[in-house]
Amino acid sequence: MPAVRPALAELRARIGEIDGTGARQHGVLPFGVRELDRRLPQGGLSLGALHEVAGGGQGAVDGAAAACFVAGIAARMKGQVLWCVTQADLFAPGLAQVGLPPERVIHVEAGDDISVLAAMEEGLRHGGLAAVVGDVARLSMTASRRLHLAAKGSGTIGLALRRWRRQADASDFGQPTAAMTRWRVSELPSAPLPVPGVGRARWLVELIRARAGDSFDLELEACDGAGHLRLPADVADRSAAAAGGRHIAAG
Amino acid sequence: MWPIDRRQRQAGVTSPPAEGPLIIAGRAGNRRVVTAACPAARDLGLRVGMTVSRAQALVPDLRIEADDAGADTAALERLALWLLQRVAPIVSADPPDGIVIDSTGADHLHGGEAAMLEALAGKLALSGITARLALADSWGAAHALARHGADSVTIVPPGGLDAALAPLPLEALRLPAATVAGLRDLGFEIIGDLMDQPRAPLTRRFGEVLCRSLDQARGLASEPIPPLRPEGLIEIRRAFAEPIAAPETIARYIGKLVLQLCIELTAKGLGVRRLDLLCSRVDNRTEVLRVGLAVPQRDPARLTRLLCDRIVTLDPGLGIEIMTLTATIAEPLVPRQSATSLLEKAAPDLSGLIDTLSNRLGARSVFRFAAVASDVPERAIIRIPPLADTATPGMDAWPDHWPRPARLLPRPEPIETMALLPDHPPRWILWRGVRRHVQCADGPERIFGEWWKRDAEAQAVRDYFRIEDEAGARYWIFRQGDGEDRATGSHRWFLHGMFG
Repeated sequence: MPAVRPALAELRARIGEIDGTGARQHGVLPFGVRELDRRLPQGGLSLGALHEVAGGGQGAVDGAAAACFVAGIAARMKGQVLWCVTQADLFAPGLAQVGLPPERVIHVEAGDDISVLAAMEEGLRHGGLAAVVGDVARLSMTASRRLHLAAKGSGTIGLALRRWRRQADASDFGQPTAAMTRWRVSELPSAPLPVPGVGRARWLVELIRARAGDSFDLELEACDGAGHLRLPADVADRSAAAAGGRHIAAG
Repeated sequence: MWPIDRRQRQAGVTSPPAEGPLIIAGRAGNRRVVTAACPAARDLGLRVGMTVSRAQALVPDLRIEADDAGADTAALERLALWLLQRVAPIVSADPPDGIVIDSTGADHLHGGEAAMLEALAGKLALSGITARLALADSWGAAHALARHGADSVTIVPPGGLDAALAPLPLEALRLPAATVAGLRDLGFEIIGDLMDQPRAPLTRRFGEVLCRSLDQARGLASEPIPPLRPEGLIEIRRAFAEPIAAPETIARYIGKLVLQLCIELTAKGLGVRRLDLLCSRVDNRTEVLRVGLAVPQRDPARLTRLLCDRIVTLDPGLGIEIMTLTATIAEPLVPRQSATSLLEKAAPDLSGLIDTLSNRLGARSVFRFAAVASDVPERAIIRIPPLADTATPGMDAWPDHWPRPARLLPRPEPIETMALLPDHPPRWILWRGVRRHVQCADGPERIFGEWWKRDAEAQAVRDYFRIEDEAGARYWIFRQGDGEDRATGSHRWFLHGMFG
């Protein structure tokens, strides 16, 4: 946040306290990508809150890019991660390659959505975890509010990875929830290489909804071995003003 | 088979297994008869019940050991104790050669009834015990089916008792030999013959034991299982003047029992790993709760919470008369120094969370992945308990040469492709009815079969490719075979995983 507007910053903090966004107590986790962080209301993902991530297109069903995005966030936190799924199809070597080694993840195979939500809430209330991730299809307002409050109480970041059985069910993503931010991560063709082969993966990262913030979308290079995203070189060369249409007053 | 298995297990510890058929000789009146015979002896025509002199005449180099019923029963009780600690809270030895387990409320922790029996059969076979297993609504029926059923593992669905019992012989009913012989004389051969007979004449002739065991087998009369209580077991028992049924009351008394148990555990320097709560109802049934813990514990608040979480699964019926709390597995728990450094923050204790989750969802549902030294992707991971160290020492991460997908399909799905053999990636793939054009690809990464595991894999080869379609979706596909030699695989293509 720019230091030139202390009055505005103070006002923003007071509003944050009133509407309970929780960032003041627990701090934020910046992405380390300036383009991304400056557009987020607190300069990063607020800890002690629930965030939603879904895949776009085919990713709504397989949730692979969303899983990597979430794993990258969890990898940059310190401590153990609880990952709740209905049916285990995560491939641990793949997670290790985005910076989340197997000794840091406790997996829970809960069988159905209700049990996943209950396990997530239990993990969020515990307070000793770095992050709690859950693969869920349906996330009602009530359930998300419970998770958000549990996260707020303990300061653990909650990440709901929305994933559906069929592409058609993905319209559920439009329903309102209590999550702090809502992201959609879609796969894009990888960085071009001068030789045949697949380059570094690229994603279209869309912030669809953020409390006290504007939505935007950004093309990014996928997580590296430590969970860090990166702005593609050809986009980074463009001027910051051309990359997004955000008012300076909100930044 | 139990006396034979027991002797072979005992012998196996000290000496290599002896060759030659083995029989156990016991006394029936004045005659020495065969009471058990090993499979090798039975193949030679020896039967239980024939005289020892006849058996010796048939097989010259026969090993004969004396019958030792006391040692057999003692060993059976040790086995029952082993099962008590692993399978369910109510286990009892059923001499001479059986063990009865009340698995009510315990099967979900093992992943369902069928999975539980399969795991149990596997464990027993590994220990060198030949076992036949049957799961039914009543003790009598399970006893009968385990000994006289057609299959070595039988599961009777609820309500299917009569149909399962009908074709079994009369010996299956646990009746005195004289009664069985008397019934045979009257023309009864199988249990089904007895079911629709008028009961009064049968009772007059054979006593009430006949109808009682028939009813017990059919699940019409109750037959409680007296639980095995080994010596030195820490157990707190409370009988109520008035039966209790309300969940709040049960929770209050669980709290009191746990407190007493923890006092005893503290006195002995123990922590509990497995805790059983047995509730005897007024109608002579027993409801059980079992909770497991990842590390030894004796914190009353935590133990009470774990038990109270599960109260909903208890059916108090008309009321609970007696509650018994047992520390089925207790391990030494010594006080530890909590913080080694004032500067470093101690790692948070997750055992409480893990206990809560694994008791709610089953111990198999909470796990951690660990690396296994294998190139075959689905074999490279193993599930280990969440608080365990890595499975294989020195193998704490996977090699990082090649990208691995974030999601792996439970089994590879066949796809249609058009590809140049032998080592080009496909031009397009057809997966789940959608054709995707491959824009760029990496590969092949050749993975050879593990010939030391299965003969079929001696020459098997998988060539993995990472492909990207025009929309940017990245998949992990492989071809079975090296593209030239049919002996290495079928040359069919499969999709195995999705990259992020």
